[in-house]
Amino acid sequence: MPMSFLITSAAIDPSALLGGLRDTHAGACVSFEGRVRSENRGRTVRALEYEAFAPLAEKEGRRILKEAAKKFQINHAVAVHRTGRLELGGLAVWVAVVAVHRGAAFDACRYVIDETKARLPIWKKEYYADGASEWISCAVRRAKRKGSAAGKEKRGGGAERRTGARSARHKRP
Amino acid sequence: MVQVRYFALLREQRGLDEERVATEASTAADLYEEIRKRHGFTLPAARLRVAINAEFESWASAVRDGDAIVFLPPVAGG
Repeated sequence: MPMSFLITSAAIDPSALLGGLRDTHAGACVSFEGRVRSENRGRTVRALEYEAFAPLAEKEGRRILKEAAKKFQINHAVAVHRTGRLELGGLAVWVAVVAVHRGAAFDACRYVIDETKARLPIWKKEYYADGASEWISCAVRRAKRKGSAAGKEKRGGGAERRTGARSARHKRP
Repeated sequence: MVQVRYFALLREQRGLDEERVATEASTAADLYEEIRKRHGFTLPAARLRVAINAEFESWASAVRDGDAIVFLPPVAGG
């Protein structure tokens, strides 16, 4: 069964990858494209930068594909995740699953992208229109200042950031 | 001596990708605490995971001479 999980700094070419997944026994091919979008948590995004600990990301990625093959009746599963800088609309992650029937293909594709986002040692920095940038999910609540209004505001802001980061993990492509 | 690699926020806060570190720390948790204090990292260990020789390990894992250690900030792939 062709199963590969690749971390790459080169542009992802879905049509070339799909060419390697031809299988006349399989009636379904489901693929997912994660693309860079222009807004996150109310801020205008200009670009993203991905960084990965590639040896472990690929190892964990292959484990995810194996799990998908155990859970669902699939023939092939391939995934690719980018590193480096991506502009709006850029293809950040691509997953394709080939199966005899569509149900397993959809379920396995969903499983692979969800687990990939939750488990792989990959980090994303957002560059905003206002010139700021931030590593997603790495915000830390600032030390509180006793009794001051400024301290209270900072605490509130920190909580908001963390909540945003949590929901962002579910919503980002 | 251990080899420590940094990614994302930790890489920026440390100001380099990797370094060799002489340490007396016996566990991964002790090593992170030592380095966090030295360089003022903002992320507490509770927010991180650790990899030793390119495999996820627990914070209680022993750190041995020559190990390749990576402290993994909260991930955000996809």
